[in-house]
Amino acid sequence: MRVIAAAGLGLAIALGIGASLAAADEPATIGLTLKDHKFAPAEPTAPADKPIVIEVSNLDSTPSEFESKALRVEKVIPAGGKASVKVRPLKAGRYRFYDDYHEDTTEGFLVVK
Amino acid sequence: MLGALIIVFREVIEAGLIVGIVLAVTRGLPRSRLAIVAGVLAGVVGAALVAAFAGAIGEALEGIGQEVFNATILLIAVVMLTWHNVWMASHGRELAADVKRVGEAVRSGSQSVFALGVVCAVAVMREGSEVALFMYGLVAAGGSTASELVIGSLLGVVAGVGVTAVTYLGLAAIPQRRLFAVTTGLISLLAAGLAAQAALFLEQAGILTMLSQTAWNTSWLLSDTSLIGRVLHTLIGYSDQPSVLQVVVYAATLAVIVVLTRTVGSRRPAPVTAQRAAAE
Repeated sequence: MRVIAAAGLGLAIALGIGASLAAADEPATIGLTLKDHKFAPAEPTAPADKPIVIEVSNLDSTPSEFESKALRVEKVIPAGGKASVKVRPLKAGRYRFYDDYHEDTTEGFLVVK
Repeated sequence: MLGALIIVFREVIEAGLIVGIVLAVTRGLPRSRLAIVAGVLAGVVGAALVAAFAGAIGEALEGIGQEVFNATILLIAVVMLTWHNVWMASHGRELAADVKRVGEAVRSGSQSVFALGVVCAVAVMREGSEVALFMYGLVAAGGSTASELVIGSLLGVVAGVGVTAVTYLGLAAIPQRRLFAVTTGLISLLAAGLAAQAALFLEQAGILTMLSQTAWNTSWLLSDTSLIGRVLHTLIGYSDQPSVLQVVVYAATLAVIVVLTRTVGSRRPAPVTAQRAAAE
């Protein structure tokens, strides 16, 4: 019983630290639009070591799936819809993203520096 | 047309593999075919509904509805797979040993079969909703190529069903006695992989923020968007750039399933053997 309580407390503290760290760091917000199956801007920039929020507006008449293995993101955005995805703090580098339904035309890179 | 076929096939592979495994795992269990067909049909209906309400689901819970929804249905599948494995550990040997003596096991078995029907429904719903959305987009876009793309998509679905058949026949070729060990292992890895995917969605939603560093990057070796990568992604939960949290969740889920299966499996068969000895 005591062990379970201790484990629970430990978990609560860990979650608390996680939450407070997230709260302390204001995320950088980036806006992207998807039109004619192309991202604009195609190479947005973001600061390193800060959480990032990417807001994607789909201006096309077809649904899209905003996806990036490097950013670990996968989100369906309906036609004419808008969605925001949260991305962990990143190291400097180029991170590829695309619309999974139109991967051939929709390539973009998040440039982190 | 080929493009649509490939996109849809890619989405359907995961559901196809899971249904194929479930078909093989439940071979010989009564009413399992009914449960699986019902599960797949429920999944198709669910997929159409999820696609139709994609906008509303996405906007729910202050914009993280989609992630929470995905994580929830994945975790339901994990629980159902774990339940089935534990059930099989306690009754599987009796089933393999003597089908006639397991009236009791068969009756409780229908619950386990139900659990796997739910797993099929969840797999089809999750992958199918993306297919439905894609096809809905094609139709909405219209144009002269739309009908060709829809045909391509349907062929993609057919190819996905082919994956189910290949998976099932491949597993069915394994002798019954060894099949139990193989499928128990497969289901454990499958469940751990799904739990890691659920963790990813909770990370994306910003609900889980700890251990978000990338554990490793093996995309140069095997990308999880390649065909082999996708198959391994479903079968053993392979990811080319997982977070540390995903790795921890994977290992923890696997450990819990193995411990549960072992403890139940080693405890239950004893009285059965005793009964059998007494009967003979």
